[in-house]
Amino acid sequence: MSITQIMFFFLSALAVFSAIMVLVSRNPVHSVLWLIAVFFAISGHYILLNAQFLAIVNLIVYAGAIMVLFLFVIMLMNLNKESEPNKHIWMKLAGAISGGCFLMVMVSLVRQAADFQGKEALVGTGDIGLIKNLGKALFSNYVVPFEISSVLFLSAMVGAVVIGKKE
Amino acid sequence: MTLLAFDWALLIEKLALIAVIVFGSLGIALYTTFAERKVAAVLQDRPGPNRAGPFGLFQPFADGLKLIMKEEIIPNTSNKVLFVLGPGLAMTAALMTCAVIPWSSHVELFDRKIELQIADINIGILYVFGVVSMGVYGIMIGGWASNNKFSLMAALRGASQAISYELAMGLSLIAVLMLSGSLSLKSIVGEQMADGNLWNIAYQPLGFFIFFICALAECNRTPFDLPEAENELNFGYHQEYSSMKLGFYLFAEYVNMIMSSAVMACLYFGGYDIPFLDESTLAPNIAALLGVGALLTKIVIFIFIFMWIRWTIPRFRYDQLMNLGWKTMIPLALANMLITGAVILWKAGA
Repeated sequence: MSITQIMFFFLSALAVFSAIMVLVSRNPVHSVLWLIAVFFAISGHYILLNAQFLAIVNLIVYAGAIMVLFLFVIMLMNLNKESEPNKHIWMKLAGAISGGCFLMVMVSLVRQAADFQGKEALVGTGDIGLIKNLGKALFSNYVVPFEISSVLFLSAMVGAVVIGKKE
Repeated sequence: MTLLAFDWALLIEKLALIAVIVFGSLGIALYTTFAERKVAAVLQDRPGPNRAGPFGLFQPFADGLKLIMKEEIIPNTSNKVLFVLGPGLAMTAALMTCAVIPWSSHVELFDRKIELQIADINIGILYVFGVVSMGVYGIMIGGWASNNKFSLMAALRGASQAISYELAMGLSLIAVLMLSGSLSLKSIVGEQMADGNLWNIAYQPLGFFIFFICALAECNRTPFDLPEAENELNFGYHQEYSSMKLGFYLFAEYVNMIMSSAVMACLYFGGYDIPFLDESTLAPNIAALLGVGALLTKIVIFIFIFMWIRWTIPRFRYDQLMNLGWKTMIPLALANMLITGAVILWKAGA
């Protein structure tokens, strides 16, 4: 096994374990912290694929900003008591079965999708994730969707300010 | 042994570099605490610490020993794992920045060309931002796990302050990136060292001003030390901490100061560039050593300015802090960005 493979398996195990811990933790603050660990593992995968810009933006935006807001809300609502109501065993069973079915559908979809057939991940060699190439693609081929989504963000910001403004 | 077939010399070289830089920054941080007390003393016209050793030079060691020997108290009701994790996270996030800072050009040792930078990644400055945004968690987790109203209030203040000022900081940075056309700190410094180019401060005085104010706020330094406002919050987010865990929080602040000074020196003041000297005429090793000296001098000057401000200006009120961040700094940074972009386009067209 090469270093890259060891890193891949380590990061994958970390991501899956942390994701399970997000669900299993009873304390919401612990869930948020495990979710941050998931984001770190996924950023590690991006780095293995040589997409450094995506990796660091994933960390800045999700782990650095959105999760801080989650923590704010949870801390201010004082949810640190382990007060999740106990669900009935049938509810849990039904949830597990339907979730498992959904997972199966997703896995078979990914396995059979024509886009993924006979393709290999470019580990450590691809250069599409580097900032120069990404910027060129965004501002030439995808400039209209890019501008539309920035207008969408702007209107969301204005909306937040309007809602948050005191009368 | 195909498993471990890689360049061992590179690994040893990098490990040695990491050890030197991390312990070097910790050593400088140690003496920064001493310098803080001495500078405060000079500004307030009193002698300052002068009992331990000549001129009180052993004072930081005495302080460290005192912190280690103190009783360690973990509040009964707090979340123990997170309570211990908080100061560790604050310290780790503070130290991680040093990975992308170019401390100097390269030295030649044992027929190897050793770059005096741990990792020259092509997103260097974004990495700094990522680490800075992680620094919030040390404060928030510590403040929350203390299970104390004042700590929680201080942690929330600290986190919202850091997020607010990160925005203006990022916007002022974009202007620098437009000038240099690269995110790697090494190429930003190289650009400023090139013939005919001045330091970025000459092109970006307003950008530097904004960046400096935001750096003050990010380091929780006066006049933005609202998370530690003792007259409102007793002591701040580290109120329940004692012994070396408190020491870690206080120490992380000084490490943060060093790192933000280093980043400012690299972005606006030419990094390891020595003014009015062409480094390429010197032997590489001597040039590298002089470069380290130049960068350290710039860092020390910035740290002195940080302290000078701390002991001169009183702290803001919290609403003033937020108004300054959102209604003054961000519009100024946006205007700076627009003007820089317009000038670059105009020069490219001419």
